[in-house]
Amino acid sequence: MSDVEGIERAKVPEAGGDEGLTPVHPNYRTVLRITIALTALPFLVGASVLELVRPFDDAVPGGIFVGPVLLLAGFFLWRWPRRRYQARGYDLGRDRLRVARGVWWRSDTIVPFGRVQHIDVDRGPLERAFGLSTIVLHTAGNHNASVSLPGLLDEDALAMREEIRAHIKRDTL
Amino acid sequence: MIDAAETPAPIAPEDHAAVTVAEGEPVRRTAPIGLLVRLVDSVRQAILPAIGIFFVAGEVREALGFLPLLGLVVMVIGFVTWLGWWKTTYRVGAEDIRVESGIVSRQARSVPYERIQDVSLEQPLVARLFGLVRVKFETGAGGGEDLNLAYVTESEAERLRETVRAQREGALDIDADDPAAEAATADGQALFAMDEKRLLRFGLFEFSLVIFAVIFGAIGQLDFLFSWDDMYDAVLGDALEGQGRKLAAMGLAAQVLSAIAAAAGVVALGLVTGVVQTFVRDHGFLLERTAKGFRRRRGLFTRTDVVMPAHRVQAMTLGTKWFRRLFGWHSLKFVSLASDAKKASHVVVPFGQMDEIVPVAEAARIALPPESIAWVRPTPKAWIDTALIVSAGILVIGAVVATTVSPWLLAAPVPLLAVVGGLSWFSWRRHRHATALEQVFVRTGILSPQLTAAPKVKLQSVEIAQGPLAQWRGYATVQFGLAGGTMEIPGVPIDEARRLRHEVIEAIAAVDFSVAQEA
Repeated sequence: MSDVEGIERAKVPEAGGDEGLTPVHPNYRTVLRITIALTALPFLVGASVLELVRPFDDAVPGGIFVGPVLLLAGFFLWRWPRRRYQARGYDLGRDRLRVARGVWWRSDTIVPFGRVQHIDVDRGPLERAFGLSTIVLHTAGNHNASVSLPGLLDEDALAMREEIRAHIKRDTL
Repeated sequence: MIDAAETPAPIAPEDHAAVTVAEGEPVRRTAPIGLLVRLVDSVRQAILPAIGIFFVAGEVREALGFLPLLGLVVMVIGFVTWLGWWKTTYRVGAEDIRVESGIVSRQARSVPYERIQDVSLEQPLVARLFGLVRVKFETGAGGGEDLNLAYVTESEAERLRETVRAQREGALDIDADDPAAEAATADGQALFAMDEKRLLRFGLFEFSLVIFAVIFGAIGQLDFLFSWDDMYDAVLGDALEGQGRKLAAMGLAAQVLSAIAAAAGVVALGLVTGVVQTFVRDHGFLLERTAKGFRRRRGLFTRTDVVMPAHRVQAMTLGTKWFRRLFGWHSLKFVSLASDAKKASHVVVPFGQMDEIVPVAEAARIALPPESIAWVRPTPKAWIDTALIVSAGILVIGAVVATTVSPWLLAAPVPLLAVVGGLSWFSWRRHRHATALEQVFVRTGILSPQLTAAPKVKLQSVEIAQGPLAQWRGYATVQFGLAGGTMEIPGVPIDEARRLRHEVIEAIAAVDFSVAQEA
């Protein structure tokens, strides 16, 4: 009996891979880039200070601190936001939200609206500057107690919240 | 102040000017005798340091000098305890239970009735002597953020529990259920109980060497009191040395015999520890099916009384251990939002045969896997990958050690690798999952096999997680959101993972709460 179900259900597009995922707003890439730049800044400053102070005198060649840090930061600024952005996606179904994230450690979560306990719409200062919001769905499960989807336009996030809220029933436990 | 001696004391109006009693009952305080229990607790905790002071001081005359200080400390503690009690008030309202507490910074916590998962009663030994109970209103909030009332009288505790129950089930039920009748044992139908014989058998299987850890821990703790080295030299050293000399003189047979005797001693101590622990924890174990759920009572010194509403049971775990499994002994736990003494699940059958466990599972409306169930095995890839990584690590460490210490050590990793391989194979063999009867079944564990069964509709979310290796090799871990517990299936081929997720999500989304309940 379960075989029949299995065949029948394998056809559903959602059962497939990354197709059918909606990308988040491109501004999210910029937000990621700025976040990475801000994270890299202290390291750059530290390396520059070491370079200027030269505690090891001439024992090490110049640029040994700033060089690698600059290279790493450059790599992360250039490649990383793009890959993270591409890995990020969602699919708003009739009764469920699917959120995919992560490049190396990939996770692909589906939360049925009927299991949402409450919804947050968060807006950090950076996100606000780019007109973005993060929607966070809270469930009663210990695992995935909160599932967040960043990089939504403000109005999209609010519309999504209203839609999900309409589905939440009082006693879903 | 004097009127506070009544139990439970309604507070004079001027005391709670800030508290507006709009509806429901008056504001109350916990039982004043509870202060005595806390005092006894404090004294019990203070007794070791006090002894310590005497030891450190060495001389009684010097130690007596500490007495006024000690008295002052006791007075301050006593006053603060009293003030804390005085400032803690609770009120059973029309919609919620409120507790206000705090001396300097005040806290007011309100818990609506429909959010209370369990009301559990706990009686530590001292409280039990005074007929007092700690009432816990468990909401499922993490981090010990539950509402906690310590201590109230037994009758008040029972009243609170009945109030919560009646409130949650709605106004209609209040007329239907006489609280007194509900409280009576006769109302419940006993599902599982353990007598002394069973406890003894259980205890023997709970063989534990934890006593040695405790002894060594205590030695470490009390190190500041006396020098164990001195003591060893003075007492044990001579004795042991003497024994050693005697042993050496006795010859091989005697040495072997005494080694056996020592081993037997350790085993006996382990068995006794297991039995004692079991008796203390599970004495008088009684699980009942009441009108609205399950009620579990157990404990020799600290008596606990937990009520679990049947519809709050999210899943259950059937567990065992390799040795007791040979004799058919299993345990059954309920996973629910409320936690049970810091553990995620409620033990409902600690030690029983399958024919005793099946009725309990049926009462919770969760089925055990049927004989005909089609188990799905995970892909061995996940275990192979992990084993390879661990083996590589062992080999690297082995090579480093071999080059720095002795080339002969190069052979040392070989048995380790065999162990890693064997364990991985076993672990892979033990893992399997299935879906049937609108439930998900997951089996794991090498030495302690566990089977978790959860109705699909009770699951909260489904995640497919893949690390870099898993992405490359095409498998995933399926993680289910389970209220009050965890449930995951590792090493599932990605297609099966997606199919499983789809099946479960469809079942969850389809529930419009008019769903037919499978019997």
